[in-house]
Amino acid sequence: MTSATRSAGQTGEVVRPNTLRRLLRNPLGLISIIVLGVLLILAIIGPWIAPYSQTHADIAASLAGPSADHLLGTDSPGRDVLSRLLFGTQLTIFSGLLCAAVAIAIGLPSGLLAGYYGGWFDSVAGWAGNMLMSLPGIVVLLAVRAALGPSVWISMIIFGVLLSPGYFRLTRTAVQSVRNELYVDAARVAGLSDGRIIARHIFSVVRAPIIIQTAIVTGVAISIQAGLQFLGLGDPGEASWGAMVNEGFKNIYVAPGLIVPPIVMIGLTIGALVLLANALRDALEDGQKVSRKRRLTDIATGAVTMAMPVVKTGGSAERTAAPARGKRAAATVEAGTEHHLVKVTGLGVGYPQADGSTKHVVDDVSFHVDRGEVLGIVGESGSGKSQTAFSILGLLPDNAEIIAGSIQFDGKYTVEPGDTKVDQARVRPLRGKRIAYIPQEPMSNLDPNFTIGHQLARPLRVVMGMSKAAAKARAIELLGLVGIVDPARTYDLHPHEISGGMAQRVLIAGAISCEPDLIIADEPTTALDVTVQAEVLDLLRGLQKRIGMGIVLVTHNFGVVADLADRVLVMQAGHVVESGDVRQILRDPQNPYTRILLSAMLEGKEPMTMLTEVGRERAGARA
Amino acid sequence: MLSFTLRRLGAGALLLVVISALAYVLMFASGTNIARNILGETATEDQVALKQQQLGLDQPLWQRYLGWAGSALTGSLGRSWFGSEPVAQTIATRLPVTLTLVLTAIVLTAIIALALGVLAATKRGWVDKLLQVSVVVGDAIPGFVLAIILAFVFAIQFKLFPAVSTITPNAPASAWLLSLTLPVLAIVINAVTSSAQQIRSAVIRQYERDSIRTLRSRGLGEGEILFKHVLRGASPAGLTVLSLQFIGMLGGAVIIEKLFAIPGIGNLAVTATQLGDVPVVMGVVLYTVVIVVIVNLLVDLLNGWLNPKVRVA
Amino acid sequence: MSAAQGAGAAPATTAAAASGAGGIGSAAQSLLTVDRLEVAYPGRGFRAKPARILKGVSIEIGAGRTLGLVGESGSGKTTLGRALLGLAPVTGGRITFDGRDATHASRSERKRLSRDMQVVFQDPYTSLNPAMEVGAILAEPLVVQGIGGTEAKKRIAELLDQVGLPSDSIHRLPREFSGGQRQRVAIARALALRPKLIVCDEPVSALDLSTQARVLDLFLAIQQETGVSYLFISHDLDVVRHISHEVSVLFRGDIVEHGPAEQVTRDPQHPYTKRLLLASPVPDPDRQAMRRRERRELIDAEAAADGTAAEAGPGGAADAADAASAGHGPHGSTTTTAASARPGGSERSDALRG
Repeated sequence: MTSATRSAGQTGEVVRPNTLRRLLRNPLGLISIIVLGVLLILAIIGPWIAPYSQTHADIAASLAGPSADHLLGTDSPGRDVLSRLLFGTQLTIFSGLLCAAVAIAIGLPSGLLAGYYGGWFDSVAGWAGNMLMSLPGIVVLLAVRAALGPSVWISMIIFGVLLSPGYFRLTRTAVQSVRNELYVDAARVAGLSDGRIIARHIFSVVRAPIIIQTAIVTGVAISIQAGLQFLGLGDPGEASWGAMVNEGFKNIYVAPGLIVPPIVMIGLTIGALVLLANALRDALEDGQKVSRKRRLTDIATGAVTMAMPVVKTGGSAERTAAPARGKRAAATVEAGTEHHLVKVTGLGVGYPQADGSTKHVVDDVSFHVDRGEVLGIVGESGSGKSQTAFSILGLLPDNAEIIAGSIQFDGKYTVEPGDTKVDQARVRPLRGKRIAYIPQEPMSNLDPNFTIGHQLARPLRVVMGMSKAAAKARAIELLGLVGIVDPARTYDLHPHEISGGMAQRVLIAGAISCEPDLIIADEPTTALDVTVQAEVLDLLRGLQKRIGMGIVLVTHNFGVVADLADRVLVMQAGHVVESGDVRQILRDPQNPYTRILLSAMLEGKEPMTMLTEVGRERAGARA
Repeated sequence: MLSFTLRRLGAGALLLVVISALAYVLMFASGTNIARNILGETATEDQVALKQQQLGLDQPLWQRYLGWAGSALTGSLGRSWFGSEPVAQTIATRLPVTLTLVLTAIVLTAIIALALGVLAATKRGWVDKLLQVSVVVGDAIPGFVLAIILAFVFAIQFKLFPAVSTITPNAPASAWLLSLTLPVLAIVINAVTSSAQQIRSAVIRQYERDSIRTLRSRGLGEGEILFKHVLRGASPAGLTVLSLQFIGMLGGAVIIEKLFAIPGIGNLAVTATQLGDVPVVMGVVLYTVVIVVIVNLLVDLLNGWLNPKVRVA
Repeated sequence: MSAAQGAGAAPATTAAAASGAGGIGSAAQSLLTVDRLEVAYPGRGFRAKPARILKGVSIEIGAGRTLGLVGESGSGKTTLGRALLGLAPVTGGRITFDGRDATHASRSERKRLSRDMQVVFQDPYTSLNPAMEVGAILAEPLVVQGIGGTEAKKRIAELLDQVGLPSDSIHRLPREFSGGQRQRVAIARALALRPKLIVCDEPVSALDLSTQARVLDLFLAIQQETGVSYLFISHDLDVVRHISHEVSVLFRGDIVEHGPAEQVTRDPQHPYTKRLLLASPVPDPDRQAMRRRERRELIDAEAAADGTAAEAGPGGAADAADAASAGHGPHGSTTTTAASARPGGSERSDALRG
């Protein structure tokens, strides 16, 4: 038991050394850690190495410059600046840490409890936190100073209480986001106690943000106390940086150098804390970036490894043709292709990486769509099917680049051969007028702050130049057209007041509002329940027949393809592996990858039998 | 919307009661002999006892608080222990100065931070890098240190502005303008970078939303998308940042006012604190909390108006 | 909440179930019996009505058998699985597992139960702690039961082999694996204590088609090798047909149909199951066109029948038709508000999990 627990504990912290290493590799992070380390040592040993006591005054040597006796000179009562600086270091650093400690001691446990259990404690603690946060700190500290005296320790304790909501919110949010994670559920199912769940799964999530917050809080505390001391509200019996700034400010005409040492110390300390917080945040974010990137490549390589080696024969015929064309073929398109609504030729899309390479997500993809035709693009995640569709719309992410090929729409280039970006000036006038888009997730694609009606009517006014009344009438008509029962009422609703199925109908209404020539539908039914999916497919088919538009239907579902598409394009890892008539591809696929995909379909399979070669082998071996 | 407003108002009133009670208890909890403080070391025991009676310090604490709160409701905050002037009046003459200072600062901060944040989010490139660097620098320099540097350079070296405020209630506008320029500048510089940074993140988050891509696909222009959809979506985050900055400025004004000798309530609070003039400190605390409650209420209402989903919750 | 209340609701829901339950269900000895289970979440806000997610659901699973539980979002299928695992508040009815009452198991009883009842969740990205190595993830259920040291190490190696992952996986983090591989890790974790029942909550719906096939094979192979029972929850009739012995169909918190997998998924009796079957598209244009026609005819026939019957009822035929789409928000998208507006419409987990 013990050894397993220990090993589990070790592995649980696997992220930490990485973060620490990344932190130390960042020069600013390293410098800030060194500076803070030195300051901490000075704070501990300062009073011992200080040449004089903090109150020792030598009136004869008032406002003396630097000398062997007084390395940094003296102030107006003749006190040694260096000694006072060292005593002040201890006072400042320790009281700043006390402030952070108080804030953590209150904020962390309450945040854990509130986040994990919720309920009345959450409400009460949340309210108290809001109250504390809406208090101007300095004014409260003035009241405390008036009541309880000038001790910096007392004011820093109180200030810690005032800053505790920061920790509370941070912890609570982190815990809440983790509490509903499935791995916490899995731990509960395994029978772990709440305490162990918090220690194992939840505390590790808040650890790093807490350190960042502590660096920031300590900086704020030091800044505030220096400010109070500068106002003369500190303890006159103790040397402090703030009081030294005050002393320097008072004597600024007589001894302008006096103000420099304390200001340098304050700036150095707070600066190092801020830099540490920043470097730590960067280190954490880098870690997340790396993992996200890795996840993407995993999906891609995962798809590659499972595919057959013979796969990449697909569009090779056109591959040789594409790069051969001259860079400036200009706006005249290939002869004989003008009649296609869309023609994509040898398209490549890539993302430049930090190491200077380019990650190809779409490679040498060619196809065309005619008016009134539905082209299905099928593939698994990471196949590049959505990226292909978005490049027709000109709505690729900012960092995406066209690395090869061209796109022409209705006889004109939107991406000329040699372009590295989609030419927005050419695509924008087409969008919403001739090319429309139906997204995957209905809810996240409506703006929650505007009514359904506004989101439908506004493009009609902007793009079609309709009057306000005409746009409204048309929008209500469209809502009726897509099968919404009470269009006039729905017009005034906000997105959160309708269901997902209705939201998808609204988005379809938006897409067809201008009677486009082409619709790009990116997994238009994937987020819907099967029964709703069937209705939406019916709707799309009806509208397509009625308006006679072309559709590029991106999907992973062969059933949806069979329902709508005339022709099919099968993609894998950025390449087209097979294309052709829907019946031909679905009934008699030639490419091995297409066959694997189709054989994975469950419809018509003998239940309880193995679907893959590996599965059959395993079952066979046992028999 | 009405019940939402009423709920927020109720919460504000509760906050006011809790804070004033806490502050009141705190003021008298220290056990220092207030009457003795006022009269000085030379006063006799009898004089001290008499003063205590005059100030009502012989009554139980809760009774005194209720008395104070009751008269506070009628607008009276008692009299200063060290001068005969009514506290409400003292504050009333100084409040406009502080409000001018803080409101100018927050309006400027809001405008500059919004412009800077949006620019950094949409243009990226050098604007963004500059912002990132200035955020770190801005965070590393405490407000009062920045104020000292400003005062030293522009008031003491170049003598462009007065180092000590010339504001009086009847002073000409030019005196106000000259006296408040450096203080406002000090507050704005201190607040603007981190606000801009947070507005930048909020704007970037909005741009990453699916609905923005869909709006683009409908043929809407980038201007409309930014000014109507992105900024409205980013408004809760932006308003929260600015309201917290405003609260911070109310506190920061204390130091700035003292530094530039501006006759505002912050300066008043410092003097009263040093003297132990409880009624005045209490008055300042109360006024500050009232201002905070009003600002929070306005921010909440604005949020509810801009973002319909907030109203439901 | 009381047994009487549950019994009152029972006849309506079990009528269809009883007819189909017959032969196969009673042939095997029952491992899990759920009797008129009710789950309700307290309503949000003052005096709000509790949201009744399950309204008296009865199921039974024999040893070594698989019960497929099919339904759309808002049906309560995920809640049923969570209730069995102690993750949802049971407000009525009874759960009997392996001869013992497990309706309101305490934490310590849960710990004992976890040896025999395990879970595989839908989303392989959030069901594994991203900060823990695979070895530690697999050790977790063992550690709770006091198994450690070389014994645990040996068991973990066995598990990795069983789910087809390389043995060096123990020192890797979840993010280094693809979705299918992560789901294998989750399956290995569920198998760690050699359970008798695994609750599988949409375990393949987040996976690509070809990955789904391989994971389904794995589920089948493990059952054949270990004799474990599955409660297999899915929205996909094809998946459920492939892996289940019997199937129950859940609709808005009630079981509307139950029977042998072949019968329920190929020749359903209840109108809702019929609609569900006909809504799922087949990968052939001509057969799909036929299926579309059949579906249209069924809906028209229902609408005609409703039109005469529903005049006195609330809403009308048109409203009812739209409710069919409005009530079942998109699968796994964020339709909390709209969904919770109608009773039984807010399946907690579906709403949260996205």
